[in-house]
Amino acid sequence: MDFSVALAQIKPKLGCLAENRTLVESSIERAIADKADLAVFPELALTGYFLRDLVPDVALRLDSPEIARICELSRHIAIAVGFVEVSDDYRFFNSAIYAERGEIRHIHRKVYLPTYGLFDEQRYLARGERFRAFDTRFGRMGLLICEDMWHLSAPYILAMDGATTLVCLSSSPGRGISEDENLGSTIAWQKLTSTTAMFLNCRVFYCNRVGFEDGVNFWGGSEVVAPSGRVASRARLFEEDQTITRIDGGELRRERIFSPMMRDENLSVTMKELRRIERGRDC
Amino acid sequence: MGDVNVKLLRRLLVAFIREEVTKVGIRKAVLGLSGGIDSALVAYLAAEALGPENVHACIMPYKTSNPESEAHARLAAEHLGIHHQVIEITPMVDAYFALFPEADSMRRGNKMARERMTILYDHSAALPALVLGTSNKTELLLGYGTLYGDMASALNPIGDIYKTQVWQLSEEMGVPRDIIEKQPSADLWAGQTDEQELGFTYREVDKLLYSMVDLRMSREELEKSGFAPDFIATVSARIQNSHFKRRLPIIAKVSNRTIDRDFRYSRDWGK
Repeated sequence: MDFSVALAQIKPKLGCLAENRTLVESSIERAIADKADLAVFPELALTGYFLRDLVPDVALRLDSPEIARICELSRHIAIAVGFVEVSDDYRFFNSAIYAERGEIRHIHRKVYLPTYGLFDEQRYLARGERFRAFDTRFGRMGLLICEDMWHLSAPYILAMDGATTLVCLSSSPGRGISEDENLGSTIAWQKLTSTTAMFLNCRVFYCNRVGFEDGVNFWGGSEVVAPSGRVASRARLFEEDQTITRIDGGELRRERIFSPMMRDENLSVTMKELRRIERGRDC
Repeated sequence: MGDVNVKLLRRLLVAFIREEVTKVGIRKAVLGLSGGIDSALVAYLAAEALGPENVHACIMPYKTSNPESEAHARLAAEHLGIHHQVIEITPMVDAYFALFPEADSMRRGNKMARERMTILYDHSAALPALVLGTSNKTELLLGYGTLYGDMASALNPIGDIYKTQVWQLSEEMGVPRDIIEKQPSADLWAGQTDEQELGFTYREVDKLLYSMVDLRMSREELEKSGFAPDFIATVSARIQNSHFKRRLPIIAKVSNRTIDRDFRYSRDWGK
């Protein structure tokens, strides 16, 4: 089916749940006014990124009024949004929910928490343990949060689980200036989204944030990538933006006919070899 | 170290100043304008970010400062149309050293740098405005600056770019040629130049620092790339020995939550 996706390239305020809620809700209203069917937000859109010791203070339970409000709004438009989730046993996760028709369809807890260079996520957050595709009104989807996408196995698992749309919520810090017109992080992500779409014959919706936190910039450039790897739309770099992209449902069908890599992908060979490698590592 | 895309760098640093100043509810910035290239560049970036009417420059000569420095500072300020004021630090500095006439040039230079800092922070409160730092990455890594003096600021837009890149970006921003082309000098005493005092040129050391810090090359790799072992040793020692200048004061830990060790928040907390 054809549908429209809004990528809400917002600038959350660090640790300000109430203000970020307002920001997210007004983006949702704008997306509804623009006749979008799905609104995608960045990673940790409700909280900001470099939270450090603020993590427990801004964490939300899945039964919190904030999440209930997102579900309520999802009666009008499907929503994918990132936040800090606290579980009953007080683990804190970098999570994203996908809400549609008034209910949470899927919750993804970030599996790969970067803890190197400028990142320190594992110090503050618990690791998710699964990648699962789920059904939506727009076909089967998979959620990824930023660093998840840098692990080839993550989008692969989702695609093998039947996802034809990969939604990646991101807070990517801009870095790596060179003679190129783009930062190193921009160049790398643009290769990654396009290559992932092309390898897996999936659409990729990549929503990145903008703004600065303690001198670190987030570079924006949110993208809708077609299953061929073609970039269908790209939001502005470094500035707030909200793109609306019409998704041509037929393009997925045609791409899967032209390049039936996913049809031919041999799960049993992959599993056999991975098990062999795993056994070898145990020795 | 290759060239950088100066248009992208300009865009990033201008956005940095605009966002990090305005998000704390302030519109203005204040900086010390020495007549050198680093502070001139920061003034150009700030004027673009905040509008010239929101940038205040303090020109703070001492009696032994090269008169050309003040002239260059005025040139930059007038070219930009930013507010500027000359505040001589001679009376304050001389009053203090009348008590310690034996003080050497290092102590005198540090005192001048810290005198200027107190003036900038007074203006910060008076305007109100945030103090912009003007130390580049080369100086910060080599510790070539005065702790709580010229190294003190609220925001530093050029602390992650090397001197060589300061030159490139200054060309892009239209900093006057006279300022770009003159010999870098701390101007703490007559005839002082940075490169003479450091014992190597900025271009040489920037290549080494970039390979060492940014690319994380091992000592063997650095030697293989043609850097002299003595040069590598000198620069490594400078980085290590000046590291205290790049950190907050250390705190004796006695509680379970000690500031900056296990009490960790970003400065932009709530912003």
